[in-house]
Amino acid sequence: MEDGDRLHVVTADHISDQRRRLGKTLVWGSAALMALIFVLQTLDGIGTLTIGFENWRPSLYAYLFWSTCLCVSQVLIRGEHGKRTLFVLPAALFVISMVVFPLLFGLVIAFSDWNLSSPDGRQFNGIDNLRQMAGDPFYWNAMRNMVWYTAAIVVEYAIAFGLALLLNGQIRARKFFRVAFLLPLMLSPVAVSWMIGKSMLEIRFGPISRFMRYIASEPSADLPAPLFWIGSYISDIGQWLGWASPSFFGSAGIARAMIMMMDAWTFIPFMMIMILAGLQAIPRELFEAAEVDGASKWRQFWEVTFPLMLPVSITAILIRIIFKLKLADIIINITSGGPGGATDSVTSFIFREYRDRSNVGYGTLLAIVYLVVIVIAMTILMKLADRWMKPRY
Amino acid sequence: MSAQIFKDSDTDRKFRPVWYLSRGLIYGVLILWAIVCLFPIFWTATTAFKTAPDVMQGNIIPWIDFTPNWLGWRSLGLSPDTIGNESTVREEFLKRFWNSTVVSVTASLFAVVLGSCAAYGLSRFSYKFGFMRNSDISFFFLSQLILPPVVLALPFLVLYKSLDLLDTRIGLIFLYTLTVLPIVIWIMRDQFSSIPTELEEAALVDGLSIWGAFSTIVMPIALPGMVAAFILSLVLTWNEYFFAALLTSSAAKTLPVMVASQTGSQGISWWSMAALSFAAIVPLIIIGIILERYIIKGMAAGAVK
Repeated sequence: MEDGDRLHVVTADHISDQRRRLGKTLVWGSAALMALIFVLQTLDGIGTLTIGFENWRPSLYAYLFWSTCLCVSQVLIRGEHGKRTLFVLPAALFVISMVVFPLLFGLVIAFSDWNLSSPDGRQFNGIDNLRQMAGDPFYWNAMRNMVWYTAAIVVEYAIAFGLALLLNGQIRARKFFRVAFLLPLMLSPVAVSWMIGKSMLEIRFGPISRFMRYIASEPSADLPAPLFWIGSYISDIGQWLGWASPSFFGSAGIARAMIMMMDAWTFIPFMMIMILAGLQAIPRELFEAAEVDGASKWRQFWEVTFPLMLPVSITAILIRIIFKLKLADIIINITSGGPGGATDSVTSFIFREYRDRSNVGYGTLLAIVYLVVIVIAMTILMKLADRWMKPRY
Repeated sequence: MSAQIFKDSDTDRKFRPVWYLSRGLIYGVLILWAIVCLFPIFWTATTAFKTAPDVMQGNIIPWIDFTPNWLGWRSLGLSPDTIGNESTVREEFLKRFWNSTVVSVTASLFAVVLGSCAAYGLSRFSYKFGFMRNSDISFFFLSQLILPPVVLALPFLVLYKSLDLLDTRIGLIFLYTLTVLPIVIWIMRDQFSSIPTELEEAALVDGLSIWGAFSTIVMPIALPGMVAAFILSLVLTWNEYFFAALLTSSAAKTLPVMVASQTGSQGISWWSMAALSFAAIVPLIIIGIILERYIIKGMAAGAVK
């Protein structure tokens, strides 16, 4: 803005035939070059020709060259309109080449028997992988775990909503609390899995297990009688909960709950901030009106705040579900799926399937089935959300 | 003194136990949750300065329970007495740190540039690529968010192998750009649609080309949003573990992979693990404290229509 008097000339959209031809030549020429290199590499790969390419980089460079030519030619051929296209075209080309192509390639891999460590290479094996998947209890177990993990979002949402309400109220040191509540989101899941999963939850020396043992231990006899009585009562509860010898990753249910809690710890701030933004956007007059009408705080929440927050809540929950479905890092690093696959998420299961067995074909099939399930589930959820978001009146 | 006209009514001046109770409860919950959030960080920071007996006795508060010791940092080669010496561990650490920095900053920049342009185009012009209209293109971009990384991981492993991109930074940068691009587009679309088009119209009438109008007029206004998108991408890419664990082995290994590979081998030498973990999270804690405004802005985008 500061140098607004610098004159710019609007490019006139008089495109000469020569320029248009140049543009077309550029696109088709580079496309032909790309096709040529690709064919040469394929022939070299099969062994018909011996040129001796070390890798497929030439094809990559040819593709990049073609993409650039395509972008340039847009401006050459279509002038001002081409410039507009150029805003979206690079991103679209990037995503298509990075997603669509690997996905198609993945489909090919998924129906083949391919163990990277075996010398045989890739072998097409039809639906053998599917048959293996149907009989793989660990995969279905991981799927079931994902349902549990996703269900935990309800609790996370409730906590996040509560915290957002508190932060939105009239409190002192609001900035401090906001920063403090945000920090867990900034930490890398790998660091979190050491900080919490491996050190704080360590059975012998971790502060949490130490605290639990302290609760469950008998109070010292020197205490005055009423304190002693309360203390022994607390220790009874502690012992009843099994806190005398805490174990976090021993039994299936507790281990799963621990993973849920750690994941919740990192991601509650995310939902909290989205909900907080929504709360701040509600006009104050509505609450004043409700107050004048004599609504109690409780009624105000259920009749004003909550309905108005419904769209934001649904957005936050949907995004949270998407992130939850990618859950893997802490599981890989803390339990590696144990005990007995009880904490496995689909991602961590496939990760181990590849790392322990280098089984690319089967792993890819599992991943693609997972993707199909997710897409179907998310579509249904989004349709439902659409219906809920519409006002009822 | 004239008579006081306005008085607080008796009910206002009375001691209000319920009010105090609720205040106490609110601050109690806030402080409790602040402890839940901060204690692990505090624990890691202090454990980095402990010795074996401190760990086993469960000492918590420095200078009162135990005297801080540089043991953990010495094993990383980062304590005051070893900082001048040669240290292979420190070199390894700095290399990983540098890898993480390069990869996350480049990928975030790349994503912000690509994503801002795409979001601007989508919020201003109507396109028609084959059967795809604007809303379809937007959905195409945003739907990448649903794609779990594991679906792409193995095909990419094989592709990168044949492209000789395994264990290179550029390979990781491409993938990371892809993973954060939908988020950037989500945030930036929101930003651009809140900027009135009259601004560019005026600029175009005054003779700027559309690129000129975008770079000199719209970009400066949308800069806070771009910073927010950049910071958010930075956080996500810095912490990314899954792809890095699969696709890198030595040259391009990032910090999270190094932290993860150390956790198993160190046993009970918590001090060095804590030092390493703490060094890995410190940059983001600093970013979180200083740039909290932008992070919140980024995440709130799209929440409020």
